[in-house]
Amino acid sequence: MNAKMKLFSYNFVDSPIHRLSGLTKLICFMLLTSTVMYSYDIRIVLVVMLFSLYILKISRIRFSQIRMMIIYVLIFLLTNAVISFFFSPEQGVEIYRTRHVIANLYGSLKLTWEQLFYQVTKFFKYASVVPLGIIFLLTTDPSEFASSLNGVKVNFKASYAFALTLRYFPDIQRNYHDISQAQQARGLDLSHKAKPMDRFKYALLIIIPLIFSTLDRIEMISNAMDLRGFAKSKTRTWYTYRKLQRRDYGAIAVSLLILFVTAGISVFINHGRFYNPFI
Amino acid sequence: MNDHAIIEFKDFSFQYFSQAEPTLLDINLKIFPGEKILIVGPSGSGKSTLGRCLNGLIPFSYKGVLKGSLMINGIETTSLDIFSLSKLIGTVLQDSDGQFVGLTVGEDIAFALENDNVDHAEMHARVTDVARMVDMQNWLTSSPYELSGGQKQRTSLAGVLIDDVPILLFDEPLANLDPATGKTAIEIIDDIHNNSHKTVIIIEHRLEDVLHRNIDRVIVINEGRIIADMDAHALVSSKVLKETGIREPLYVTALKYAAIQVTPDMHPGHITSLDLAGTKDSLKAWYKAILPDDKINTNPSILMMKNISFSYDGVHNVLEDINFDIREGEMVSIIGRNGAGKSTLSKLLCGFEKEDQGSILFKGNDIKSLTIRERAELIGLVMQNPNQMISKPMIIDEIALGLRLRNVAEEEITPRVEKVLKICGLAPFKDWPISALSYGQKKRVTIASILVLDPKIIILDEPTAGQDFRHYTEIMNFLVEINKRGVTIILITHDMHLMLEYTPRSIVLSRGRKIADTLASVVLTDANVIEEANLKETSLFKLAQLAGIKDGTGFVQGFIDYEKGMRNV
Repeated sequence: MNAKMKLFSYNFVDSPIHRLSGLTKLICFMLLTSTVMYSYDIRIVLVVMLFSLYILKISRIRFSQIRMMIIYVLIFLLTNAVISFFFSPEQGVEIYRTRHVIANLYGSLKLTWEQLFYQVTKFFKYASVVPLGIIFLLTTDPSEFASSLNGVKVNFKASYAFALTLRYFPDIQRNYHDISQAQQARGLDLSHKAKPMDRFKYALLIIIPLIFSTLDRIEMISNAMDLRGFAKSKTRTWYTYRKLQRRDYGAIAVSLLILFVTAGISVFINHGRFYNPFI
Repeated sequence: MNDHAIIEFKDFSFQYFSQAEPTLLDINLKIFPGEKILIVGPSGSGKSTLGRCLNGLIPFSYKGVLKGSLMINGIETTSLDIFSLSKLIGTVLQDSDGQFVGLTVGEDIAFALENDNVDHAEMHARVTDVARMVDMQNWLTSSPYELSGGQKQRTSLAGVLIDDVPILLFDEPLANLDPATGKTAIEIIDDIHNNSHKTVIIIEHRLEDVLHRNIDRVIVINEGRIIADMDAHALVSSKVLKETGIREPLYVTALKYAAIQVTPDMHPGHITSLDLAGTKDSLKAWYKAILPDDKINTNPSILMMKNISFSYDGVHNVLEDINFDIREGEMVSIIGRNGAGKSTLSKLLCGFEKEDQGSILFKGNDIKSLTIRERAELIGLVMQNPNQMISKPMIIDEIALGLRLRNVAEEEITPRVEKVLKICGLAPFKDWPISALSYGQKKRVTIASILVLDPKIIILDEPTAGQDFRHYTEIMNFLVEINKRGVTIILITHDMHLMLEYTPRSIVLSRGRKIADTLASVVLTDANVIEEANLKETSLFKLAQLAGIKDGTGFVQGFIDYEKGMRNV
């Protein structure tokens, strides 16, 4: 099988993270994400980031699986940093209420230590969410996750729809790949040489057949599900259901702890969301 | 067998809301408990609709007008919903890939239990039990991508058996399986029928393959009506098959060529039950009189693969040291089981992937440096499902697409498209939207959209998959037509009839290596190749053995030559 196919979907590996229930991972993901989204304290952000990189390591995700995504995110974050600098170069000064100029750039545009510090903090804030998201997506068995969602009273049809989406994602990916190759053979130029408008038109030439062949499948799948009694009653049980175990509670406790410590530091030490080293 | 029918159609008719004519008309049919029934009919005959009426998809998912009565187990089905029906009839759908709902084998088998709110512990126990029945107990945690077609089908079967339903309905169970897996599927169905005494209904158009094992009755449907209801022996002796365009078993065709009157007394329903007493001599005489077709293609080479090796991951070779030479104007089949490397081979030829070692020569020149787009002007690829290629609403635009993308002038495009439309028999549909075309016509559109680029070679991936005999013949005759115009044709296929009847030469791949490159008649009679490539010995070979003809391969080749002779007349 093509190794590229499993690039961005759940792969079963036996790691401590894979062994956690899908619900646990969702809760931890939300707790940790809220932590870094709330706090502008670079110390906390870096701690969470290092922590999540460590988790990434023990969940045995290979770098090759996520390389493309990391590159895209980095490009996005860097562009974002540059643009936000030009739009509000004095944001840092406003927040930290001091002004230490590093360099005069152009006219009244100056680079300050405050701005640099603010933007570095912001960069790591966003960057630290990425490993968390990757861990969640790549280590969660979609159907097990659906059963967990249903366990916390999310409607089972919605939960199942989510699982099915993840279940068929690799299929659609592969189909897309095949169609794109066949259309390239007919003369489609997907390289960067084509004009943006043309590239948009060309993308349609792949997406339309993709939609039609996917619709065929959807009809088949929904028939198969009806014939085996999907949604015949208002509840259902789950083959992949896993009871929360001690390690799940442990993981949730650790995440909660991180959130509380962050809240504590913000309230008692920083007196707000920002950590200010300038005063 | 008791005399109360478990299924009874009475003056039953059905018309889809979207159709102008009823799809089923005046159906009267009784099926008794424990019977094993085969329903055959060409595409569009209504046989699948009949299946949908049985399992409740009609009227649950497909709406229409329903007249008359259909009783299952003495209950009128209109008073039941699809869920109660699913407790009476378990359906195994055609595409075992598409109906694989779960992420793993275990989960998929458990699907019906999940919907029934069965307790977690009991569910796991029952899944393990049923998995054992179909020999899948060691695969419970595997995902569909790790399974072969046969294993997927066993999984779907287990998913239905888990409910212990009295009736099993198989909707074209052979459609996506290679010959050997299809044969095993028929055996599994037969074993389950024998062990459980369930009522089994098989809907299929591949008659000979189903008749590998016993069938109690065959029902023939054509144009919405039941036109025959008899046992297999009577059916293959009658004219019904010919009239409805269903392919009769090959050995029966051979007997008829030899001017032998096929009668029910010969038990011709299955090759294993066939009694040739008194007809052996006529068969031998016919075989001896066949003129061998000794036309050997001596054209220069058009496509050559030299020591080709390729791997996706750099570790495991998907293709290893492949060598072959195809001559101009040949029609060749490439065969092998799933994962043997057939599609990878076509990807290398089209330049979608680059060979790690070796070279591909087009008329003696290495084409390594050509881009995908440049290669497409030499070698065109037609994908299996036309929906995977069609991206324009109108036929003309779809066919012109390749030229427009190459910035060919409109004045030149029009005549080229018109010419291809004519060749492909699509001229009358010129201004039609593609959505109004049948599957076979769509297939032609995709072939036309490749032909317009004027390639010297066309590769077709399973061009006849899922097609009944009539459409199969139509598509293949069309390809022969193109072939006669000088286009070299490479077919990637599982279909043994196609190999026998249309491609004199077959290249067989197994586990990334070429294991045979010879006459189709040799491939289909060589036990080793058959085993390696998941093929099935052709029934013609068995017929030769039955008749005491020693050179079985020669007999198969004789049959091929005879048919070719008839076609050329």
